[in-house]
Amino acid sequence: MSQVLDAPPAPAPHGPPARALSARELAERHGLSVANARPSLPGYARQLWRRRHFITAFATAKLTAQYSQAKLGQVWQVMTPLLNAGVYYLIFGVLMNVKRGVPDYIPFLVTGVFVFTFTQSSIIAGTRAVSGNLGLVRALNFPRAALPISFCLQQLQQLLFSMVALAAIILGFGLPLSAKWLLVIPALALQFAFNAGLAMAMARVCAKTPDIGQLMPFVLRTWMYASGVMFSLDQVTKGKQVPHWVHAALEHNPAAVFIDLIRYALIDSFHSSRLPSHVWAWALGWALLAGVGGFIYFWKAEETYGRG
Amino acid sequence: MADTLTETAPGSTRPAPADAATAFAGTPDPATTPVPAQRAPERVPTVIADGVDIVYRVTGAGSGRGSATSALSRILGRRRRPGVREVHAVRNVSFTAYRGEAIGLIGTNGSGKSTLLRAVAGLIPCENGRIYTDGQPSLMGVNAALMDDLTGERNVTLGCLAMGMSREQVRERYDGIVDFSGVNEKGDFISLPMRTYSSGMKARLRFSIGAAKDHDVLLIDEALATGDRAFQKRSEERIRELREKAGTVFLVSHSNKSIRDTCDRVLWLEKGELRMDGPTEEVLAEYERFTGK
Repeated sequence: MSQVLDAPPAPAPHGPPARALSARELAERHGLSVANARPSLPGYARQLWRRRHFITAFATAKLTAQYSQAKLGQVWQVMTPLLNAGVYYLIFGVLMNVKRGVPDYIPFLVTGVFVFTFTQSSIIAGTRAVSGNLGLVRALNFPRAALPISFCLQQLQQLLFSMVALAAIILGFGLPLSAKWLLVIPALALQFAFNAGLAMAMARVCAKTPDIGQLMPFVLRTWMYASGVMFSLDQVTKGKQVPHWVHAALEHNPAAVFIDLIRYALIDSFHSSRLPSHVWAWALGWALLAGVGGFIYFWKAEETYGRG
Repeated sequence: MADTLTETAPGSTRPAPADAATAFAGTPDPATTPVPAQRAPERVPTVIADGVDIVYRVTGAGSGRGSATSALSRILGRRRRPGVREVHAVRNVSFTAYRGEAIGLIGTNGSGKSTLLRAVAGLIPCENGRIYTDGQPSLMGVNAALMDDLTGERNVTLGCLAMGMSREQVRERYDGIVDFSGVNEKGDFISLPMRTYSSGMKARLRFSIGAAKDHDVLLIDEALATGDRAFQKRSEERIRELREKAGTVFLVSHSNKSIRDTCDRVLWLEKGELRMDGPTEEVLAEYERFTGK
């Protein structure tokens, strides 16, 4: 039947001259562009910047919608991390009493849990950013990277609530408030870039192969135990025959780097001697590598999202 | 492109396919002839579809039993894309739309109308062929961006931002949108979560948000039949306004009346294939015969 469709141009002596042109020529002549073509990388970044208000509004909306049916409403934003911290305190602080030679163990533990959760939930949100929002992708035009970035922003907002709870805990344990706390800001900014990069990469992978999303919780849990969230890596490896490179790899893995930086900023007894060397350079490196790499990787498949 | 793929019509009850064909043969290609026609030959195309194929890939539709073992054996057997079924939603469709045209898309359920519309909007990639557009066509409707748990207020802002408006534009148009929707007619509902709205109110607010933006090429997917009689009148008027501002309008609808009222040209899709393309009355007459009306 395609022959029938193609037939009309043949008996076209009476047709307007434009009919003789192929579709491509006609399109070129009138300056039409291909729908669903991928913009250049700088163009894409510009489009994304123009949608920044949507990105922030979408993140805030998601966050607000989360507890809107609860009677206590937004109080849960702070209650949830506090209860989380309470559970960890009960298990690790009271029942197991595993302080393992770590001073100020509870603030140490809770900081680790909150900071790791930020990366963890950003990645999990990334796996569903495109595959879970096909309705949106198929209804509106916007640079698709807005979705994973927006989800990471939602996690960042969530973390800020947790940070309020954390500050209360730290002060409650009698630790001093100091100017060093301000270091949290650059550390979280770098961690956000890192998370967003990973979320974009996962969004692309899971848009094509949703199965990977099923695997991620296991990968992330392994990563959590390898990053010294519940214990000090130094204490665990001390006095054991751990090859130097294993220790270095554990210590410089991005989650451990970000967790240590924030512990250093918030907990007075966490001295700079417990940080790996060049820790800020490592943090910046991870943020750039994941952030830029993830962005380019996501952009490369921009025109394919929505096929599902 | 002009006439139709009549020989494939399952409804062979059609009296004389030849008639339609000869009727078309005499006139210039109806596809390029709008109803008032006879203008300068150089008309400006806004959308060109060139042999468009669209394929959905559905996982979990499962060839085979879909059990874990069969899935595993498929993976181990290295068959390409295990467990994925392809749905060929649009097949080899070509047409050219010009500035000033209002084009209706008709066809029975599942014939690929909405899919084609989404591809024109650049939202679904084409498997084969290409779609060229003038600027960025946009689909009217923001349903997917709205959240039931948020207040009407916040949904208006969110929906407008999702359509690509700036914060200032949202502020300017906010009152207009709320007034048009009439959500506040029965009290201050705009500050309540949308889940508390009746389905009619929801639909009205959605339409009002979607219709707040001006578009070059406007794509409308069955948006006209929402709300009560008064609101329908208002929305029809709004569509007419949008039509006047927009270069080209595409309308998907199952209501032949709204197609007749709005469109001067109609594309008829059936099973993903373009079955007929021509002036509204001719195509609708054939379509009504086909659907047995």
